[in-house]
Amino acid sequence: MFTNFFYALKDNGIPVSIKEYLTLMEAMDAGCANFSVDDFYYLSRATFVKDEGNLDKFDRVFGKIFEGVEFIGDDVTEIPKEWLEKLAELYLSKEEMDEIKSLGSWDEIMETLKKRLEEQEKRHQGGNKMIGTAGRSPFGAYGYNPEGVRIGQDEGRHGRALKVWDKREYKNLDDSVELGTRNIKIALRKLRQFAREGEATELDLDGTIHATAHQGYLDIKMVPERHNAVKLLLFFDVGGSMDPHIKICEELFSAARSEFKHLEFFYFHNCLYDRVWKDNRRRHNDHMSTMDVLHTYPHDYKVIFVGDASMSPYEITYPGGSVEHWNEESGEVWMNRVSNIYSRAVWLNPIPDEHWQYSQSIQIMKTLMQDKMYPLSLSGIDGAMRELRR
Amino acid sequence: MKFAGTEDYVATDDLKIAVNAAATLRRPLLIKGEPGTGKTVLANEVAKAFGTDLIEWHIKSTTKAQQGLYEYDAVSRLRDSQLGDEKVKDIRNYIKKGKLWDAFTSDGTPILLIDEIDKADIEFPNDLLLELDRMEFHVYETGETVKAVNRPIVIITSNNEKELPDAFLRRCFFHFIKFPDEQTMKEIIAVHYPDISNKLVKDALNIFFEIREVPGLKKKPSTSELLDWLKLLMAEELPEEVLKSKDPSSLIPPLHGALLKNEQDVHLFERLAFMNRRKTV
Repeated sequence: MFTNFFYALKDNGIPVSIKEYLTLMEAMDAGCANFSVDDFYYLSRATFVKDEGNLDKFDRVFGKIFEGVEFIGDDVTEIPKEWLEKLAELYLSKEEMDEIKSLGSWDEIMETLKKRLEEQEKRHQGGNKMIGTAGRSPFGAYGYNPEGVRIGQDEGRHGRALKVWDKREYKNLDDSVELGTRNIKIALRKLRQFAREGEATELDLDGTIHATAHQGYLDIKMVPERHNAVKLLLFFDVGGSMDPHIKICEELFSAARSEFKHLEFFYFHNCLYDRVWKDNRRRHNDHMSTMDVLHTYPHDYKVIFVGDASMSPYEITYPGGSVEHWNEESGEVWMNRVSNIYSRAVWLNPIPDEHWQYSQSIQIMKTLMQDKMYPLSLSGIDGAMRELRR
Repeated sequence: MKFAGTEDYVATDDLKIAVNAAATLRRPLLIKGEPGTGKTVLANEVAKAFGTDLIEWHIKSTTKAQQGLYEYDAVSRLRDSQLGDEKVKDIRNYIKKGKLWDAFTSDGTPILLIDEIDKADIEFPNDLLLELDRMEFHVYETGETVKAVNRPIVIITSNNEKELPDAFLRRCFFHFIKFPDEQTMKEIIAVHYPDISNKLVKDALNIFFEIREVPGLKKKPSTSELLDWLKLLMAEELPEEVLKSKDPSSLIPPLHGALLKNEQDVHLFERLAFMNRRKTV
């Protein structure tokens, strides 16, 4: 019974175990679900999902597996094609989508979309930068707004009642989506955890008294001292498409600033070259040499790059590839220098990781970082921090 | 024995199912959700609905799992032995029962609330695995085994400050209390203030959901804050127009102190209100 449901959950990355499956069977046996699909949905959700981050995934799997269980007539709302949704997300702002949604007509949506596409065509810049230009690349299509509005089968245009799991109310709790103001607090907590790692110990007075009374002889207890030992260098990619993400990151790290022993910010554009700067407004005349940075901060610093790594491959591999100035040495050389000095370095990328494989420059950068590239999502930050801690 | 909400507590369908499943199978129920959505109150209400005792165990950062079972007060035994007190001969005098012990040996089926389990040390939930699973534990000092007469219904709340271990999660039912929508909110208000005027509720809810929409608030007002605010509004007997007024000088809702709990949020809100006013004038 329901084994395919169980395996579908497992395949979709929800951590379920036999224990929970048996619990569900036991609960069904005890009559907790009352033979209604809604009740069964609630019961199985309470049994299988243990983290609100997985609720949305669960809703999707449930919808897929039990599709048609509560089939009402053949008047089923047509689900628009995937690619169309994604295109709509790419070209329309949230406000526009809401507006269109209230109009409720697909023809109008298509019309607007067409107009958008034409407009976009005119501004097309060429090159293989992939983002911000024609946006036809597979990863651009989903690119910047993975949690954007879906013109899915909600609203129930035919007046049919919505199924609970189709509402997908927990979408913004999914921890694989990018950071927003909502989950920034949790991300901050993860950073703090990372910052508080210390190996020194101090005397645990209460523990010592208790242990001494218990044993009858002096028994000294030590506990790890809580202090901030982590030193961090941050490199942010600024300019153009990255700015909103950078702002979030800056806020995130400056909020955690007091937790770190040292924290230094630097900016670069697209790829790290011979110069970085600290004040973005005066980037063209007030920059400093990257070599100085590498010489100033010793190798026990940990390094985090934040950037989309999306550019022309030439910008990384060839001297003079920079779009802003003439660089004597290629970005590749500079990235290698950094990873030779700092053994603990990671790259955080706001582009969802499922799209990385389509971008040549991301692949190159990932290889240069020895695969230590993580998406800028809660789970990504978690992974990155774990890597830095090792 | 079915939980269907009480007259003071509006339970959504999914919450009812989760509570009933946990009560039927006597497995712990883990509750998460935004602060102020009624996680702790739930245990109270379940106890009321089932007509049983509520045993509350509030967790702090210094709480150890052992304290929930029992504590052996070695220090006072040492002192007593030096004073030559007769009590010292029986070790049982120095064993203090914890909340779990109370719950296991209580008559009837008590509700055990373990409040804010995420506040404790990261190993805390692991240390309680066996105890919550088998509902029994061993007292090493006296050699006795405490076993639950009736398995208590365990309700655990968490604020997500720490991740809970998988082994622990596998043994629980889980429910995430999502923020109530407007309809549920109206029901909640009706339950708490039955004689409140409809108009006041409508206006107040509008303002409330508007404030929740304000981006960048440090702490969004939640159900408990809304209820406090309504109570104040009712107590002050403000004229009904106050909430409605479009008068620029009163763009900040009256008695906002009940909704916004820190000064940055109040500043932010004032700034936004000011910008709004400039736009409209």
